[in-house]
This record gives sequence, structure tokens and C-alpha cells, in this order.
Amino acid sequence: MKTCLVVDDSSVIRKVARRILEGLDFQIVEAENGEEAIESCKRQLPDAILLDWNMPKMDGYDFLRVLRRLPGGDGPKVVFCTTENDVAHIARALHAGANEYIMKPFDKDIVEAKFQEVGLI
Amino acid sequence: MTPLDYDYLRRCLKERSGLVLSADKQYLVESRLLPVARKSGFSSLGDLVHALRSGHDDVLMTAVVEAMTTNESFFFRDKIPFDHFRTIMIPALLASRRTSRTIRIWCAAASTGQEPYSLAMSLKAMERDLVGWRVEILATDLSSEVLEKARQGLYSQFEVQRGLPIQLLLQHFTQIGELWQIAPELRAMVKFRQFNLLGDFSQFGLFDVVFCRNVLIYFDQQTKIDVLSRLSRVMMNDGYLVLGAAETVVGLVDSFKVVPDNRGLYTPNVRRPPAAATAAKPGPRLVAVNGAR
Ligand SMILES: C[S@@+](CC[C@H](N)C(=O)[O-])C[C@H]1O[C@@H](n2cnc3c(N)ncnc32)[C@H](O)[C@@H]1O
Repeated sequence: MKTCLVVDDSSVIRKVARRILEGLDFQIVEAENGEEAIESCKRQLPDAILLDWNMPKMDGYDFLRVLRRLPGGDGPKVVFCTTENDVAHIARALHAGANEYIMKPFDKDIVEAKFQEVGLI
Repeated sequence: MTPLDYDYLRRCLKERSGLVLSADKQYLVESRLLPVARKSGFSSLGDLVHALRSGHDDVLMTAVVEAMTTNESFFFRDKIPFDHFRTIMIPALLASRRTSRTIRIWCAAASTGQEPYSLAMSLKAMERDLVGWRVEILATDLSSEVLEKARQGLYSQFEVQRGLPIQLLLQHFTQIGELWQIAPELRAMVKFRQFNLLGDFSQFGLFDVVFCRNVLIYFDQQTKIDVLSRLSRVMMNDGYLVLGAAETVVGLVDSFKVVPDNRGLYTPNVRRPPAAATAAKPGPRLVAVNGAR
């Protein structure tokens, strides 16, 4: 079973994401912000990371840059999932090493399509 | 709407578009036709059917038929057909059409344009191999409403997230408020025309690739056979036919055979006189044809 780390400061979003991803056969780990997510990745790297942009402490963009420098940190497929839905943010995320990008609001079909896109399903 | 009204509508629909509705779909018809009735100023569906029966209002009939079509589509739907397009069809055609340097593609139920634009984006990614080639994409649909949207190439955030890789979104789309519009260059690669699959295909000339996806499922067996047989006659002998994931030629016609090891990809079964293959390809005469037969 593949693992997915869901990083979002909103517990509602984490819950929705969990439900969708569990339905796609992922085992879920949650983090509320980038710092927690880094700690989690240091303990164990997941196969996938669903990542919000705007979070207290460390935001998604900074998290991604730190993650990609960890040993093995280029492994996880990172899918941004965020309300920052303009071209500039998308380009920045891809440049920092994101594999895919979901603009909120999202639904199961979109998550499934994007995870398929990066070869997670 | 009385059961008789419903029967009448089912018959019209079948005759005009090939779409078959089972007897238990009355609720679906009602929910889709209520807006049409309201827009045309009828106080009930019964009145609308009454007006249709009088037979004078072709515009109304067209609106009714269009409202009954299912237009859902996504970019790169099912993915595999587009992989086949890139890795099998185009490479084979690049070799076999060296002389004419022309490739003709038909999306026969193009809906809101995601399918032909997915092909256009795939071709764009291969443009270096296609320098000096003429590639035509003809995209047709019964419904002029969906074609209008296709021509504009404007999609919601939801639509661009289903099947479209983010890099392609950045590369080929411009953000306009809440919407995303596909680049003029890609729009110019696709010719959209209103066309009913029950109509005569021969006006279009011969095709190298036909995408006819997720439309035959709405037809009855006889109509599927009819459309598939006629498709085989407008295809080059070494052309490719792509159907939807739930569609097949197997058990319907023997004018196509499965391309080995590639489910969902078909090529004409050449047993007819080679005339079609050797004749010069007629130029594209793209004529919009009325939805009614
Ligand atoms: C579900 S969409 C398929 C779109 C696209 N090919 C895909 O697979 O995503 C089916 C389309 O077939 C069109 N259609 C239905 N009956 C037709 C007919 N008789 N001739 C041409 N198009 C038809 C509908 O208007 C609709 O846009």
C-alpha cells in the first residue's frame, strides 16, 4: 500500500483528502504545516505528498525546497493542492520541484486524475 | 408529459441522432427538456411536445435533440488512446505518408473540444518531426452548442484539471479570470463543423486517423453497425480507428480488426477493392451539414 502525506492547516481539508485518498488505496499520514511535514519525512519518506501552499510556520513552497534536499527527498511525488491558482504560483511550484498541481476546490476525480498523471496510481 | 409524449420524443431522438433511450428514462428526458421548454416559452413539456408534433419548428426540434445529448469530455480521456496516437499512429504515418506529407484526423464526436485539442497538443509536442507536413484535425459534433464552446476553447478550472497535465496547462492556456483559454495557435489547428453521424461521410474525403469515442454507446446495435461500416469507407486502408473504452467493433462489423496488443485501437480490415487506398485523397471539402437527416 502506498503512503501519502497530507499537509494542510485545515483539518477539514485533511479529512476530505484522507477520505478521497483512502478510497484510492493510500495509507494517510497528516501534518498541519511544513515543519511538521519535514519531521514526518525525516522519519519516513512517503510515496506521495499532497501539499497546501499557505500554512503557518513553514509554507508549502519552503517545505518543498527543504524536502528536495533531504536524502532521498527527490523520491516522493509532490502534488500541490491549494487556492493559489494563478499561473505565477503554478510556475513557481513546478520550478521548485512539484510534480503536479491541484487548484482548490477539488474533487475525487481531479485527485485521481492528477495522481494517475504522476504515476502514483 | 404522458407516456405517449415520451414515446414520441424517443422516436424523434432515435431518428434524428441515433440516441436510444430506454422506457425508464422519462425522468432524465424531463429534467433535460424542462429548461428548453421554459426558454421557448412553453408552460409544460406537454405543450412542447405538442409543438414538436405539429412539425413546423425545426429549431425547436434541434434544441430538443441537442439537450438530450451527453457531452461530458475530458482532456486526454483514458490516456492510452493518446499514448497510442503519439507512439504508434503518428510514427507509422510519418513513415507511410512521406510522399504526401499530409495527415488527416477526424474527431467524430468532439463535444466541447477536449479531444481534438488533446490531439493538437500531442502534435505540437512532436512538431519537430512534422516540419513541412500538413496535419488537419476535423472535429465534428451533432450539437452546435458544444461546438461553440469548443471553438472558444474556454474551460473552467474543473475542466482543465481532469486529464490535463499541469505543464500542458501552463504551456498552452491563458488564464482569463476564473477560466482558462487554449492558445490561438492550437485553436487554429482544429476545424470545427456541425455534423450528424447519421449523415453522409463521403463529403469529407479519406482519413488516416478517426477518433469516434463515447458516442456509439448511445446508439442501438444497428446504428453502431451502420456508422462503423461507413467509417471504414472513409478511412485509408492503413488508417487507425479509436473508440471509447466501453466500445468495440468486435461482434458488430468485420470491416475493422484490432491492432494486436493494443486494445481499443483498430485498423481497417482490407478486403475491399484497393480503390480507396490508391485513389488520390480528395481535398478536404468541409461542409457543415444540418443535424437532421
Ligand atoms: C460523451 S461525448 C464524447 C466526447 C469525446 N469524444 C470524448 O470521448 O470525451 C458524446 C458526443 O456525441 C455527440 N453526438 C451524439 N449523437 C451524435 C450524432 N448522431 N452525430 C454526431 N455527434 C453525436 C454528442 O453531442 C456529444 O457531444
